[in-house]
Amino acid sequence: MKSYLLPEFKIIRDDDRCIRCQVCVRQCGFGVHTYDEENDIIISDESKCVGCQRCAVFCPTNALTIMTNPYEYRPNANWRKEFINDVKKQAEGGGVILTGCGNDKPYKIYWDHIVLNASQVTNPSIDPLREPMELRTYLGSKTNQLEMVDGELKTVLTSQVMIETPIIFSALSYGAISFNAQTSLARAASEFGTLFNSGEGGLPKELRKYGKNAIVQCASGRFGVDPEYLNSSAVVEIKIGQGAKPGIGGHLPGEKVSIPVSRTRMIPEGTDALSPAPQHDIYSIEDLSTLIYALKETTNYEKPISVKIAAVHNSAAIASGMVRAGADIIALDGIRGGTGAAPKIIRDNVGIPIELALAAVDERLRKERIRNKCSIIVAGGFRNAGDIIKAIALGADAVYIATAALVAMGCTLCQKCYTGICNWGICTTDPWLSKRINPDIATKRLTNLLRGWSLEIKEMLGGMGINAIESLRGNRHHLRGVGLNKWELDVLGIKGAGE
Amino acid sequence: MKDLKNIANPFNDDKVSANCSIFGMMNLSGTTFSGKDILTAIKNMRVRSNGLGGGFACYGLYPKYPDHYALHLMYNTREAKEISENFIDKHFFITRAEEIPTKQIKEIIDPPEFWRYFVHPKTELDKNHYDDYVVEMVMTINTQIQDTFVFSSGKNMAVFKGVGFPGDIGRFFMIEDYTGYIWLAHGRFPTNTLGWWGGAHPFNILDWSVVHNGEISSYGTNQRFLEMYGYKCSLYTDTEVIAYAADLLMRRHNLPIEVASKILAPPLWNTIDRMDKKEKELYTSLRQVYGGLLMNGPFSIVIARNGEMIGLTDRVRLRPLTAAVNSDMLYISSEEAPIRLIDPNIEYAWIPKGGEPIIGRLSEKKVIYNEKLTLQDLNKEA
Repeated sequence: MKSYLLPEFKIIRDDDRCIRCQVCVRQCGFGVHTYDEENDIIISDESKCVGCQRCAVFCPTNALTIMTNPYEYRPNANWRKEFINDVKKQAEGGGVILTGCGNDKPYKIYWDHIVLNASQVTNPSIDPLREPMELRTYLGSKTNQLEMVDGELKTVLTSQVMIETPIIFSALSYGAISFNAQTSLARAASEFGTLFNSGEGGLPKELRKYGKNAIVQCASGRFGVDPEYLNSSAVVEIKIGQGAKPGIGGHLPGEKVSIPVSRTRMIPEGTDALSPAPQHDIYSIEDLSTLIYALKETTNYEKPISVKIAAVHNSAAIASGMVRAGADIIALDGIRGGTGAAPKIIRDNVGIPIELALAAVDERLRKERIRNKCSIIVAGGFRNAGDIIKAIALGADAVYIATAALVAMGCTLCQKCYTGICNWGICTTDPWLSKRINPDIATKRLTNLLRGWSLEIKEMLGGMGINAIESLRGNRHHLRGVGLNKWELDVLGIKGAGE
Repeated sequence: MKDLKNIANPFNDDKVSANCSIFGMMNLSGTTFSGKDILTAIKNMRVRSNGLGGGFACYGLYPKYPDHYALHLMYNTREAKEISENFIDKHFFITRAEEIPTKQIKEIIDPPEFWRYFVHPKTELDKNHYDDYVVEMVMTINTQIQDTFVFSSGKNMAVFKGVGFPGDIGRFFMIEDYTGYIWLAHGRFPTNTLGWWGGAHPFNILDWSVVHNGEISSYGTNQRFLEMYGYKCSLYTDTEVIAYAADLLMRRHNLPIEVASKILAPPLWNTIDRMDKKEKELYTSLRQVYGGLLMNGPFSIVIARNGEMIGLTDRVRLRPLTAAVNSDMLYISSEEAPIRLIDPNIEYAWIPKGGEPIIGRLSEKKVIYNEKLTLQDLNKEA
């Protein structure tokens, strides 16, 4: 069947600059560029181009420009180009449209409508270059009270996990991402004193030495889950849902299940790894509690148990139930959270923005006086240190970042993660492509990012006259809304600017 | 005050800010002395206040009624007095009720009426819950009854405060005629509200009185943390938050003052990292559990309760505090000058480190500073 779709990208090659070195030919895993030896020209098949910019970045003479193909249908506010093309795709393929990365739709991004405070006159701002500035955070359930008898501390807290910055790498599973990419995340977390999350694909034996800095997941597919795996970690996370695809499961195609992936996931080589939509032993809150305590028993109550859910309409009530069921950490993943593969219709339409979910959950847990009993980690499209510090002021203990970490390693959000081909060597198990991530370099890029953002958080904290991150947690007085409706301000629990 | 929120915080700011002068003095042997000296001392720091608030707290004031809760109330109207007295009569056994004597002076314009009541709770609750009962009743009066406010509710102590310079407020209440073994004084410089009589300091709840100079950047965190323990921050001031924190930590959670002060102004993590195992565990737990009570941003405070007076600054010491001792006397002040003015022969004066509490304790008859240093040590150093 002839496809009626036009290429998404246009490739412009400056022939005066092109030296026929064929770097572009070798760099493109999608086979866009081919060299015609007879005529000494490079031919580019634009229909295969995903716009990842790998060839352009590596072209030694900057001869390539990849841009959105500027073709236009007749303008139509309802039938926009994307929808026409999606219909064409489905008319030609008859299936569910898959995609990768987070929701790219223009839902309101509340971070862009919240501004931060700074000290002027009545209290001094603090210069982090000269004064101590503390970002250390402990994740885990706290008590409401410490008991002391004759100067001796009697209360013993359940396990607490220390992070030196409130930024954690979010779940990225081996199999979805390459071994080198996961290694880089593990090493960066370990070097910086924070955590990485194994995702649901198990933790390769080679990475267990970074277990002190690992959150390991127990998801519906139970891939790679055994007592040794659970005990190799700092935190165990039960994954109920994911912001990019609330309510549905996962599917790692057999093509990506190489021998090492099969070993780590404990499934046969080349078979599809299917994660069911629900965990089939959790159909209710009491079932969740059973699993939480089964995991606590297995890990001898030495590790906080996190429960991760997608942010949905009743997140506040659900989170309250989760805390009462024994969760030490609540992880919330908002509508802009990323994924390696999800049906586009789900990614683009299901879930709620993390800002609103976070504000509602924090407020509810405080009203029920159980906020101390858990830590809150939020995820879903955090782009910079500004977003992160606003999340902490809304009430989060820490923030999960995954997309930003991938971008630090080279990702350009081309959304083709589900194809198994990733020209940046991140979201692939192809040995030839995977080699493109050099763990030494990628680790450096990741720690640089953590360092840069942590420094920026310190600058902003100091500006507010605060020298410890816990004094900003839930401190919504330092936030103001700009361009928000009353209901939005009410849900966020903040005043409008000027109020 | 029914519309307390509007009276305390008329412009609906995040909170009410004030910068101030603070002064505290204590006789460690429990010998009482008159309010004359503290009046002189606080007048000496006039430029630290702007005439919109001043006040005093005195402990050991009512030796005749040491076991009675001494409720001190202000009334703006006759009706308020009637309603409040009915309320008090319904919830307490009143042993004695009297108008608080005041002197008319030209600097004090249109003052409310002041009464005090020596009471016992009228409840079937166990004695252990009397304090909670009194707190609840005070909060009810302060938020439900129009034109009334409870200045203080502790035993054997009182707060006298109002709108004016502290020197004038002191003369108005004739504090020179009272004697106590701990005195606190406060001169207020509010930056975002007009003063009102209830909003002046010291702030009191039960035994606790707080005078405070500062602007706490962590207010939102502190307030929301305290709300989880049932405290309603209705005055929107840092001082109120500090008083509730003191009540929660020391009365309800029964933590010693040395520990509580390390919650309000904790050591830095890199200091904690260097401690021995046991200490490290304690300080780590304190920050983990009570991180929401870290008072971040500049403050210096003097807190008092029966038998104890405590001075403390924030952990990086962004507001001034000076302490001094002379035989039985302990002084804590925003400035050194007023101490030397009233006691030219002080033996030893020093500027405490950020986050290190100075504790004057009646039962031990000594000053504790930096945990290891006692009054004797300090005198030796001098």
